[in-house]
Parts: sequence; structure tokens; C-alpha cells
Amino acid sequence: MNVTEDSTEQCGNSLTRELTQNPLKKIWVPSSTNGLPERHISQRKVCMTNCPTLIVTVGLPARGKTYISKKLTRYLNWIDVPTKEFNVGQYRRECVKIYKSFEFFQPDNEEGLKIRKQCALAALNDVRQFLTDEGGQVAVFDATNTTRERRETIIRFAEQNGFKVFFVESVCEDPDVIAENIVQVKLGSPDYIHCNTEEAVADFMKRIKCYENSYQPLDEELDRDLSFIKIIDVGRRYLVNRVQDHIQSRIVYYLMNIHITPRSIYLCRHGESDLNIKGRIGGDSGLSARGKEFAKALRQFIQSQNIRDLKVWTSQMKRTIQTAEALGVPYEQWKALNEIDAGVCEELMYEEIQQRYPQEFALRDQDKYRYRYPKGESYEDLVQRLEPVIMELERQENVLVICHQAVMRCLLAYFLDKTAEELPYLKCTLHTVLKLTPMAYGCKVESVCLNVDAVNTHRDRPSNVDVSRLPEEALLTVPDHH
Amino acid sequence: TFCLGKNLNKYERSSRPQFTNCPTMIVMVGLPARGKTYISKKLTRYLNWIGVPTQVFNLGQYRREVVQTYKNYEFFRPDNEEAMKIRRACASNALKDIANYFTKEQGQVAVFDATNTTRERRGVIISFAKEKGYKVFFIESFCDDPEIIEANIMQVKLSSPDYENYDKEEALVDFLKRIDCYNMSYVPLDEEKDRHLSFIKIFNVGSRYLVNCVQDHIQSRIVYYLMNIHVTPRSIYLSRHGESELNLLGRIGGDTGLSSQGQKYAKALAEFIRGQSIKDLKVWTSHMKRTIQTAEALGVPYEQWKALNEIDAGVCEEMTYEEIQATHPEEFALRDQDKYRYRYPKGESYEDLVHRLEPVIMELERQENVLVICHQAVMRCLLAYFLDKSADDLPYLKCPLHTVLKLTPLAYGCKVESFYLNIQAVNTHRDRPTNVNVARKPEEALQTVPEHL
Repeated sequence: MNVTEDSTEQCGNSLTRELTQNPLKKIWVPSSTNGLPERHISQRKVCMTNCPTLIVTVGLPARGKTYISKKLTRYLNWIDVPTKEFNVGQYRRECVKIYKSFEFFQPDNEEGLKIRKQCALAALNDVRQFLTDEGGQVAVFDATNTTRERRETIIRFAEQNGFKVFFVESVCEDPDVIAENIVQVKLGSPDYIHCNTEEAVADFMKRIKCYENSYQPLDEELDRDLSFIKIIDVGRRYLVNRVQDHIQSRIVYYLMNIHITPRSIYLCRHGESDLNIKGRIGGDSGLSARGKEFAKALRQFIQSQNIRDLKVWTSQMKRTIQTAEALGVPYEQWKALNEIDAGVCEELMYEEIQQRYPQEFALRDQDKYRYRYPKGESYEDLVQRLEPVIMELERQENVLVICHQAVMRCLLAYFLDKTAEELPYLKCTLHTVLKLTPMAYGCKVESVCLNVDAVNTHRDRPSNVDVSRLPEEALLTVPDHH
Repeated sequence: TFCLGKNLNKYERSSRPQFTNCPTMIVMVGLPARGKTYISKKLTRYLNWIGVPTQVFNLGQYRREVVQTYKNYEFFRPDNEEAMKIRRACASNALKDIANYFTKEQGQVAVFDATNTTRERRGVIISFAKEKGYKVFFIESFCDDPEIIEANIMQVKLSSPDYENYDKEEALVDFLKRIDCYNMSYVPLDEEKDRHLSFIKIFNVGSRYLVNCVQDHIQSRIVYYLMNIHVTPRSIYLSRHGESELNLLGRIGGDTGLSSQGQKYAKALAEFIRGQSIKDLKVWTSHMKRTIQTAEALGVPYEQWKALNEIDAGVCEEMTYEEIQATHPEEFALRDQDKYRYRYPKGESYEDLVHRLEPVIMELERQENVLVICHQAVMRCLLAYFLDKSADDLPYLKCPLHTVLKLTPLAYGCKVESFYLNIQAVNTHRDRPTNVNVARKPEEALQTVPEHL
């Protein structure tokens, strides 16, 4: 990879290293003697934690442990903390091919206990591999872990391997919440494929009973030296003990902001803009005639949805604000929702970028997520900038976010658990509204095209991403424009 | 139609993201010497810095105004009828002032700093808030560690106006008796009985928290902040990068390397830091070459934060002030009119900077000893947070090159020590000129521009 800039400092001190700018991320790094960037001890981003963290869920069945595990894992991965969940129930299903009944979970079922212990250990083994060998930073060990004895085993395991432990306990006695839980996620479980609803519910309630007698909740006295958060009644109350570091603090903040009240999040881009029509990126232009039509169609669509207490958010750029204005309702402007800053490429067409900055154009195709425009931003920067938006979206209920292509891709990737590789290529077309409704462990997506024509602004990754490629190869996937 | 200049955020129906829909009363709860005033002042400083108008109403101060001279702990005895009358009147006055702050002074958060240790007193406050339509959030500080309590008393109570005429031992004895007066009637917030109230209970300076019924965004942010602060002694060092090539030319922004003086500073900084013998020092820089080059000279690991990048001057990047005056005279004047809120075209404002720096401040609160190598505008924002400077003062704080500021939390504030490392550098500080009118002459605009090549 070529070095874009060479800085030769006359320091007269052999210990001072020269700096070169990493061509992809535009990060200044000390270079080794041959002028190439070397691996450097300085961190590239905020140090989340000094050693891997094991998050351990605690709680009776149907208390939302898996819901929390999956959601937290999705959030951590989105903010670039490699995280993976390990659901012991899954290990059990792989071991015991067919689930018969709650009797498997009876505390006096020796055979059942043996298998369950083996599964837990197998899961912990995989945890070790993920955190030690595969570059994982956080592992979420999703199981009931309802006895102090089981938790002790895990703590010893973590100590042996140099992992920090943070417990997340969910305590809930509200029968309505538990019943809803069972309906939403248990009935559809592989365990109950062959049962009808009544049978499944009856069996599951007996399953919960098996754990109840031996359940030892985390205690503020007995467990005062452990790090944990106890979530009571789905977030009505929290007990937080001994937060050790940055990542645990962020996890606590996140868990305290999420809720399960049904709601929908609507994502859309601004209406087609004047620069869109010209095939130019960035800038701060107004809506085209079709864009204005979309704004009106959006108003009609929103009204027809009959949404309760809808909040509307826009960026601070003209085109999203103009779109919101047509709705005739109050809206909030967020600078954080502004489109990705294309730096020196602002308001250029792809053809012009290829002409003036062919190397940059190729680097972007090589790693679109991490690539930072000169004097601009990367998708990676965008995600960091959007984190407070996501946090507030978690707190809110019904929200319509009118934003931009790259921004919408980042938000969508969070809700749909897309990887950094997929994120920059997610299809977010103009004049289409995505309605996201949390469902079970994920998110239902409904795509509504409001039938107002617009240019296509989606540029796929071309086959040849090499710096030495021909212009035609670079411009192969550029969408049509005036 | 839209307003000229993105700095004027006066669109009719839109607004900045809402922190809260109605005013919030934060009500402290706890025995004396539990850190209530420390928390009140720190929280208020933080909220004001992030743009939420907040004020502390300290009941002790109201009492001192009424009862000019403090005699002894007997004033606080629960059977002292006369004192009780006075104390109740003070509380009532404080609540009146709070109402005034909300309705007439556009306050958004009021921190009612008093013991509020009985359910009855809290009931009075809740009724008052309900009648006026204010939200209430309680912060209880619970501590039974005698060492912490004594340290507390030594740090802030002995120097209180109440104990001006006491010697140390007498003051300590009297204050402990004062605490006893409250102890008997103290009813802490209870997770069952008070389950409908919104509160956070802080145990033993943060080893444990109980959080109940957080109602909205601002309460969520307050909880997050309270859970990240600590009282472990430490120091924060703030410095700019060494003098850069563009500094020498009087040009703003850009991403150049250090000048030869700047390189000398980097070495001097390394020596200074070594001389300070700091335990477990963390070093943070921005993503810009000049701060990283400065850090490199220290020979220790450092973390790069994009959030610490200098303010983006948009279309004015790399210009001299003379060039800005020549090409954008109106912008230049608007900036002088309201330097905090003014946003460069396609750039940022100080207000934007504060927003972007909030995670840095949050992490600084979590950390212990840290050296932050940053930039002029950035350093002004951070300094304003630690020294409780207003939005009007912030953009004019003096942060000269080649000077390290050492901030050490002390009692209710921050001690500042300034170390000029004796390496010559240009001055980059431009004061507000007298004439900020758009119609002013170029000479008037450029009156305060510092010298450069």
C-alpha cells in the first residue's frame, strides 16, 4: 500500500519516530524505517477495557435474559466491540436432540443435571476460545445461572483465564410480563414444535418451577464484591454494584435505557435533492420538485399510519428539514444526523472523484467501512457520531427519523444486526420508508415505497478495487444521473 | 425561507433535541457530610456545560443569611422549636426562588441541596412540584464509612463560615453532634415505600447504586453522570500541541506538523511529565498530526480521540484572519458577535464542540491521572467544564501554546496550576474587538489579531 504523505522531521533525536498517514483511515502513525506504517502501541480508539469481559446473565426462565443478551451483543458489535453470545439452551438442544418435557429440568434428575453441566462447560470452553484466540472482547454467557454454586464455577473459570466478570440479573414477578414473554418467544422455540399452545405454556410453567426452589438471586450483602446490575420489573428499578471499567459503565447505561414497550421506528431519507439529480455527493442543497412531492406523500403516509405521539427527527441539513416541514408537525434537528462528510470530495460526482483522486476512490472500494475521505469522515466515524442518536432512539417510543443515505445505513445496520462489511452497501433508496418494529428477539422490517420517482443513488462495489484499475472499471457501478 | 448562516438556529417549528419537557427539581437527600453539596455543585456544573440551565439552591446558605451567626449544634436539635420555624421558613423561601428560577429566568433544572431526611419534608417538596408541574428526581447519598465521613468534614466543613471561630477539634465534635440531631429522624428512601418516586441512591461514594423509575432523557443522563464520577485524588493535565507550521503563519485549522519550536516543546513536555512522577498516567491526543507528534516525544503509549480534533473552520480552514476578513467579512463579524454559537460555514461552532466533547469529559471523570494533548478551542471547552466558565467566557479563555495546565479537584472545585515550559511560541489568542458590527472597517475587525509571519 502506498504512503500518501511522508513527513520527514528533523528532530535530531533518534528516538522520535516519523509520522505517516495511514492512507485508508487517514490516521497518523509512526512509520518504520522503510517508510511504511508500522503496528504501533498507541490505541486507535477509546480503550474499552484492558482485558476481555464475560457477561453472565442470571434469572429464572422467561425473564428476558436471551432478549437482553442478543440486544446487548448487537449494540456492542455495532459500536465496534467484538461480542458474541453463548446460549446454553442451544448447547443443550444440540446434545439432547429432542425435548420431551419439563422433567428434564427437575432438580433430582441426575442424568439431566449431568448433561446440563456438560453443556455449560462446553459453552465456557467456546467462550475461552472466542476471548483468547479469536480476538473477542466480550462474551455473553446466556443461561439461568440461578445458584451461587454455578456462579462460583464461572467466576473461577474467569479468574483462571484473566477475564473480568459482570453479572446481569433480570428479576420479574409480574405474571403478565412473564406470560407475554412465553407467548412471544417460548412457544416458537424448537423445544415446543410439537406442542399446542396450552400444552407448551403448561409445560413451561412447570419448567420455571424446577428452578424456583434453588434460585439464589444476587444479594447486595453476600455478593457485594461482585460486579453486577440487577434489573427489576423490566427496568422499573436497577441495582448496580461495583462497575469496574468503561465497557461495564457503557453496558449499564445501555441496559438502563432500553425498554420493551411496543413501538415503531420509521426511517427514511430526505426527498430527492437538486444535487442528487446531478449525481453529486454531499452538499446542502434543497429538494427537487420530485423531492417536494415525496415530502407531501410522506405526510399522507404518516397520517394514515395513525401513530401515537410520533416524534420527528431531522438532521441540520436543508433537505431533511424541508422534508419535515411538509409534515406540519414539530420536529427536532440533530447535527449528529448530518450526512457523512466527504471532505475534499464534497459536491463532486463519482466521475470527478475518479478523475481527481483515483487512489482515494479505489481505497474506498477496498474498505468502504473504514475508509475516511481526506478531511472528511468514514462510516466508522459516523457510527461513533450516531451512538447518542441510537441511545435516544432506545429511550423513545414512536419516532420518524428523516436522514441521509450513509446515516440511514448505519442506523439500519444497528437495528438489523448487519456487519461492518455489509453496512456501507445496505440499500436505502430515496422515497422509501422503512418501518421497524421490534419483534421477539429481532426487528420486523416493512418497506413502503411512496411511489414518487427518484434517481438511484446506490453505488455497488465494483469487481476491480485495485488502485491500478482503469477508470471504466472504477465507474462501472455508478448509477445514472444528469 | 431559511436564515442566512447556519449559526442562527431560529427555524420556526424545530428546535434542538429536547432534554426535558418541563422543569426538573433535583432533590438531594442525606445526612450531613455525605457529599450532597459536592454532588449538587458538580452536577450543576456538568448540566450547565452541556447546555441545560441549572442552578443550586443550598438551604444552608438561606439559613446563614437569616441566622447571621452560628452558635452550635443545638440549633439543629429536633426539639428546638424556634430553630425549626426558621428552618421551615428557609425551605419555603428556597422553593419560592426555585419557582422564580423556572418561570422568570428560563431555568430548566434546580438542585435543592438540603438534608431532606424525613418523608414529611420530601412530601412537602413533592406536593409543591406537583402543583407547579415540575418533575422531581431524588439523589440520596448514603454513607456509613466513618473514614469517608471524617475526611469529608475535614475537607469542607471545618472551613465553613459556621466554624470560623472554632478550632479544629471543637468544630469536629460539634459537627458530629449536628449529624446526630438528624440521625434519629432520618428515613432513607425505600425501594418499597417510595417505589413511585424517581430516584438514585448512592451507597458509599459509588460502590453501589439503586436507581428507581427514571422518567426521561435528562434523568437518564444525570444517572449516567453520577455513576461515572469518583472522588479518588488525581490530576488532569491539559496542554495544546507544540507550535505548528500553520501557527507560525497565523493560519487557523489544517493538519500540519510541529515547527522546530514545537518540537522543542514536545521534548520539554516529556521532561516535565517525567518530573511530575505521575502514577499510571494516560495520555490522549486528537487525530491530528500536531498532537500526535507532541505525544510521540513522550515515549509512552497514547490514545487517539477523533473527538479531540480542533474545531472545524469549514470554508475558513487554513486561512489567516486577514484573509477571512477579506473573503467573509460578514461571517467574521457574526463570529465576534456570538463566538460561542457562531458556526463556520460548512464547519462547527463552540457549541458543537462541547457536544462532541461530552464523551471525552465523561471518560475523564471515570479516569484518574490523564494528560490531554489537544487544541486551542478544544482546550477552552474542557477548561470551561472544569472551571465552571459560562458560554460567554469560554471562547475567550486563555490557552497559550507551550503551557501545561494542571487541574486537581479540591473541595468543591478545582485547583489550577499553570506551567509555562519556557519554549517561545507565537500567540494565537485573538480577543474580541470593540466593534463587532457587520458595517465595521477592516482595521477595526483586525485590531486584535495576534502577530504572525
